[in-house]
Order: sequence, then structure tokens, then C-alpha cells
Amino acid sequence: MSFVEYGDTIKDGDTAIVFLGHESMFPVKVQHGTVTQTKYGVIRHSMDLIGKKYGSKVTCSKGGWVFILHPTPELWTMNLPHRTQILYSTDISIITMMLELKPGSIVCESGTGSGSLSHALIRTVAPTGHLYTVEFHQQRAEKAREEFREHGVEHLVTVTNQDVCKNGFGVSNIADAVFLDIPSPWEAIGHAKSALKAEGGRICSFSPCIEQVQRTCLAMEEYGFTEINTLEILLRVYNVRTISLQIPDLGKAAEDNSSAGFDSSNPSNQGSPCANLQQGTVQFKSGVPLREMVGHTGYLTFATKSLF
Amino acid sequence: MEDGSRLGPRICEGDCAVLKRDDVFKAVPVLRRRKIIFEKQWFYLDNAIGHIYGTTFEVTSGGNLQPKQEVEETATETKEAGTDNRNIVDDGKSQKLTHDDIKALKDKGIKGQEIVQQLIENSTTFRDKTEFAQDKYIKKKKKKYEAVITIVKPSTRILSTMYYAREPGKINHLRYDTLAQMLTLGNIRAGNKMIVMETCAGLVLGAVMERMGGYGSIIQMYPGGGPVRAATSCFGFPKLFFDNLHEFPLSKVDSLLSGTFSTETLPSEPEDNVLVEEESNGLTDEKQTALQEGEEESTTEAAMEINQIEEQETTDINAEDVEFKENKEKENVREKQRKQWERRKKLIETAALLREKNADGLIVASKFHPSPLLLTLLEFVAPSRPFVVYCQYKEPLLECYTKLRERGGVINLKLSETWLRNYQVLPDRSHPKLTMSGGGGYLLSGITVVLDKGKSDSSHSQALKMEEPSCKRCKVQDLHC
Repeated sequence: MSFVEYGDTIKDGDTAIVFLGHESMFPVKVQHGTVTQTKYGVIRHSMDLIGKKYGSKVTCSKGGWVFILHPTPELWTMNLPHRTQILYSTDISIITMMLELKPGSIVCESGTGSGSLSHALIRTVAPTGHLYTVEFHQQRAEKAREEFREHGVEHLVTVTNQDVCKNGFGVSNIADAVFLDIPSPWEAIGHAKSALKAEGGRICSFSPCIEQVQRTCLAMEEYGFTEINTLEILLRVYNVRTISLQIPDLGKAAEDNSSAGFDSSNPSNQGSPCANLQQGTVQFKSGVPLREMVGHTGYLTFATKSLF
Repeated sequence: MEDGSRLGPRICEGDCAVLKRDDVFKAVPVLRRRKIIFEKQWFYLDNAIGHIYGTTFEVTSGGNLQPKQEVEETATETKEAGTDNRNIVDDGKSQKLTHDDIKALKDKGIKGQEIVQQLIENSTTFRDKTEFAQDKYIKKKKKKYEAVITIVKPSTRILSTMYYAREPGKINHLRYDTLAQMLTLGNIRAGNKMIVMETCAGLVLGAVMERMGGYGSIIQMYPGGGPVRAATSCFGFPKLFFDNLHEFPLSKVDSLLSGTFSTETLPSEPEDNVLVEEESNGLTDEKQTALQEGEEESTTEAAMEINQIEEQETTDINAEDVEFKENKEKENVREKQRKQWERRKKLIETAALLREKNADGLIVASKFHPSPLLLTLLEFVAPSRPFVVYCQYKEPLLECYTKLRERGGVINLKLSETWLRNYQVLPDRSHPKLTMSGGGGYLLSGITVVLDKGKSDSSHSQALKMEEPSCKRCKVQDLHC
């Protein structure tokens, strides 16, 4: 197991994801002789996990079962221990694309935080690229190093414990992209520029407040960045539900009220449009938006360090 | 000029480059003596060859490109500005220069920058405009009169935004941020063995190839005679990226799964890379019918390209001696047989790759109904691997969701779309842009798990319950405890 390579079977020392069902899951460090408690009972690592195929169904001591999944940066983002506010996969996706990351890219990041974005960045730049991540909080930097070691990616990342606004990224003229998620990104734009390659590169800054964005944009302009573009991306999740609606009785003859008209308008055409003609209901599948959703994470400002 | 070796790649003849003017992109092959029309300007790329990617050029008379030195900011000296627009009347007389005057200036070869300056000086209302309005005026006029383009290297970011803006019909209206989600949700990375089924002109394939950087393997499933890779070729990938790119006809999938697969009958058309040059053809894409026409158009376009090549070949032959021609014909036949044999060999190899049923992921983004594609192609994916399906519409994915639940072997199913909004950020004038995209398509994603086929019915119903609404799940949990 490694976060940058798939393996087929669960091995001692792996970080695996225990999937309990419906978005309920947690990570587990696989170790001989260890047991893990779940609401469905106990999982014995030596017996139930090691040697099994990833994706297998594992029956717990109380008879309930769970699935054991191979870790991915996305599953890690959903399950990692929070030491800070983290970036989620929706923002991470657009950051990765807009920074033009690919295998071989050199990326600078600050702060490391809980390492949610870091894992995704390492995945994308592997096997020939590198991530330089700077975190000003000493324990967080140490914890991140430990996680990267456990996840088999330490050769792809350098964690530095310093203040990026004061001391920069510790590298110059080598980065293809820089990412900033710090309280005052405008103070780090100069350092970001010197970390980027002479031929140019991309930069992204994530800030929750528009006032931060405004100051950052001014700083970017001042340092000669071009193509400055601010955007916001949100995820809309739909629950798939079978809905039945009553047909109002308008006093028409029974035949006219029949399902004929509704049959054809049924979107999924699955042959079960009308469940109960007597009661006059019509059934259909719908993607129902959540009652409440994340309405704001942060503004993402992208820019290009241009050639001249 | 600076030392180029330190500054990255130079523009070479035969490259695939992208022209950029503000937010508008166009992918072009770099060729000598070839007229290019972009943003109402025409020019030749000859002079750009040898310059570094990222260079900005000015279009001068005769369609020549002149590298533009230093973007000098000419701060307008007239630092006078009004406080509001109460005294500005739209009478159409504020600009003293006439259309003919401006044309005369242009014909004299006066640079765009100077024309803008003249426009400002001859505007009676400019001084009364607020500072903000003056900025806006200058920006607008600059855009109109300054003939400036930048040549950049293609990337997924650039090509996906370009396609979405110029020819959304050709990529099934797949918005770039939706593509970004697919690449992340699919855990696309170096070393994977991916299955890609797309009818987005090869854009999705190209994005996957970029993220894999030539490591690992990709099997592209294609409908009809051969895979369309017009957009893929715009990426300008090195040749080695194609070494581990395989293709397999959709029409052979059933026989492969049932074990009756043979290579005796091959798809009739050649499956060579079809390099279609992307010209904006003003594709209307709002209406359903128009969209379908657009689809056909792209295939006919590809076919036309092939015809052209064939025609060229035949004219070449006509020019030869008759004897020589006969020899050549024999050679052609041999060549054809050799090619056919090679294709058969590749097909057998690809079939073997699929038969291992251990793909690391599945990406579907097509004009077809996703349900049959997904249910069939998931057979080739290993357990504990992600899959992502794109569809322009929500309803087919609802059906997909239901069918997958009945089938089992998948968890963490999620139907989603992303909402994307751009912002104007200026001191004291920050707000969302006035327009935004209404929708970028829908995604259904999930993770495969081991499918135990033994106890079919009971396990199916259990799996079905597993992710039903929470109220129902409580009962299941009660049973467990």
C-alpha cells in the first residue's frame, strides 16, 4: 500500500479505510495482533484483514459487515484527523487543474495544515515531481512528516517548519506552481514569485474572506502576475429518491385521470410509473438537493507568473 | 533577449500551440507560411518559431508577428475625473474621431496603443467619467485596437476552457471544473491502468494522459469505426505517451465478456489518429437537434480529413510512371496486410489487458446512455477502485444509480454537480461577475468492491439497504447489533 500506488492485498503496516456504509468510514492502521472496535463488533487485524483483498467484505464479531478500502487521497480527505480547517476534494480538483499539475511538477505549498491538499498534490506530481510544503506550527509540521512516512510518500515531499511570510519556501526558481492557504497571503506573494521558475508558472491563493482576496490581488499585480482570476466552486450533491405524488381530483371521469399522460413523461421509463391508480399517485425517481449544503469554502485566486 | 535555455521550451515548427488573447484561446499547429485567423485578425506564425512559449506578439502589417517588449503602462496624463455620471448624455457625439478617421489611422500603420490615446483625447466625455469608468473605457478600447496575441503551451486547463467556450457541443457540454472533478474523483495518476470511454473529441482522454504522464496504461473504448482524438492531438504529447495507449471497440465488449471474442471481423474503418484541425465552425448547440447535428458534423469532419489524405495519395500515384505504379500497388497491398495484421495483434493485446479485469479505474463521459456502458465496463475494474461517469443530464444518472444498487459491487455512490462563479476583484468594486454558467453537467461517482455473486438475491437487497435514507438504515443497524 502506498498513497501513490495501488496494491491488491492488505498488508501489515498499511493504512486502510473501514467503510461502514453511507458516508460512514474511518481510517485504520493495520497491525498484526491489533483489534479495531466498530459498531458492528470487533475486527481482528491478523485474521480479518491481513492477506485479504482490498474491497473485500469483512464480517465483524457481532455479525455485521464492513468493506475495507484501499486508501486514496480523496478517502483520506474524508477521514483524516483534523488539526486545522481542511480543503475538500471539490476545491482540490480545480486547484490541481488550474495549477496545471502533472507527474513531474514541482509544487510549493503553505501551510501544510492537516495535509489534505498535500496528499492530493503528491499523488498528482508522483513519481518524478516534488512537493515543498511549509508549515509554521511545529507540531503540525512534525505530524505531517510522520503521516507522509506512514503513507509511503516521504520521498516525494519536503516539510519545512518556518513562517512562509518571513522566510519563504526555502527554494528558489524551481517551482512550477505555488499554493497559498495562509491568513495573509499578500505577504507571501514575493516569496512565491522567487520560488517559481524563471520561465514562469502558476500560483493559487485560497482565502475565505473577500478582503483578503482584494489585498492578495493587489500584491499579485504589483509583483507582475498576469491572468489574475478569482473564482468560487461549490459541490451540489443530490440524493436519489423515489418520489410519489398524488394526482389531484379535478372531478373528471376516471379514465381521463388515468396514467397515460404521465407514463410518457416519466424520466427514467422504468416501467413502474404509476404505483397506485386507485389512489391516483404517480411515482418517479428524482435527484433531491440536500436541505443544507456547504455554501462557502473560500475564494480561489489564480494567476500566472509571466515570462517578461 | 534572455538566455532561452534557462527559460524553458521554445516554439518549434510542427508543435501544437495555443493562441491566447485575454480569455480567448485557440489551438493551432505551428506551421510556416500558413495563414491563421484568430479574433478577427490574420497573421502567420513564421516569426514566432524560435521564441519561448509565453511570449506576447504584436500583429504588424502583412500579418507578421513581432515580439512585444515590456508591457508599458501608459498612465493617462489627464488625471481629471468626474464624480458620477449625471452630466454624461448619450448623444452619440462624444467621440470626435469618425469611423473613417480611425480607419485612416490604422491604414497608416499607427499602433493600437496610439489609436487608443487619440480616442481618449478626442472624447468629450472622458474627463467627466469617474476614474473607474475611465479605466473601463481604456480597457475596452485597448481590447478593440491593440492587436496582441500570446502563444502558450497547451494544457488541460487551457484546452478544456477553450473547448467549453468555443465548441461545447463537441465535448457534451462538459465544463472544465467538472472535468477537474473527474480527474480527482477517479484518482488519475501515474502508473494506473485506466479504462476511458468518452465521446468528447478526445479531450477527456488527453486530460487523463496528461495526469498519467506516460506512466501506466490506458484503454480507450470507442464506438463506431475508430476513436476520435482531435482534442488529444492538441495537447502535443511526446510520442512515448502513445506507447501504452490502447483502444478497443465497444461493439466487441459483449463477446469479450461472454468468451466468444475473435479478431476475424474488425471494425471497417481505419483507426489511425484522426488529426482534425479545430476551426471554430459556429456550432449552434442549444437545441437538442442542433447538438446531434454537431456530433455528426464532427464525425464527417474527421471522415473528410481521411478522404483528403487518400486523395492526396492517389494524385501522388497518378504522377508516377505506370510500371512504377503497378509495383507500388503491390507494395500498397502488402502494406495494407501488414497494417491489418498489426491492428489485429494490438487488438488481441488489448483484449488480454481487459480480460485481466484489474483496471484501476473507469472514466465515462459520452453522448450515450451511461447505464449500459457503466454496468458492462465495471466488469473490467478491480475491487476498491474509483469510477466516475459524466452525463450532461441528470436523469440517466438517476437510472444508473438505481441499476448499480440492484447490481451491487459498488459503494459510496454519489450524484453531484459543481457550481462555478467568477469574481471581479478591484479595490472597492469586488463582486461576482454578471454572468455565470448555468450548469456544467452531472457526475456519478463511486468505489468498486468485491461482488459476491453466490448469494445473489439476499446480498443484493442487503446492499440496497446499506445506503438507503438514514431512517431506513437505523433498522438495519438494529439488526446488526
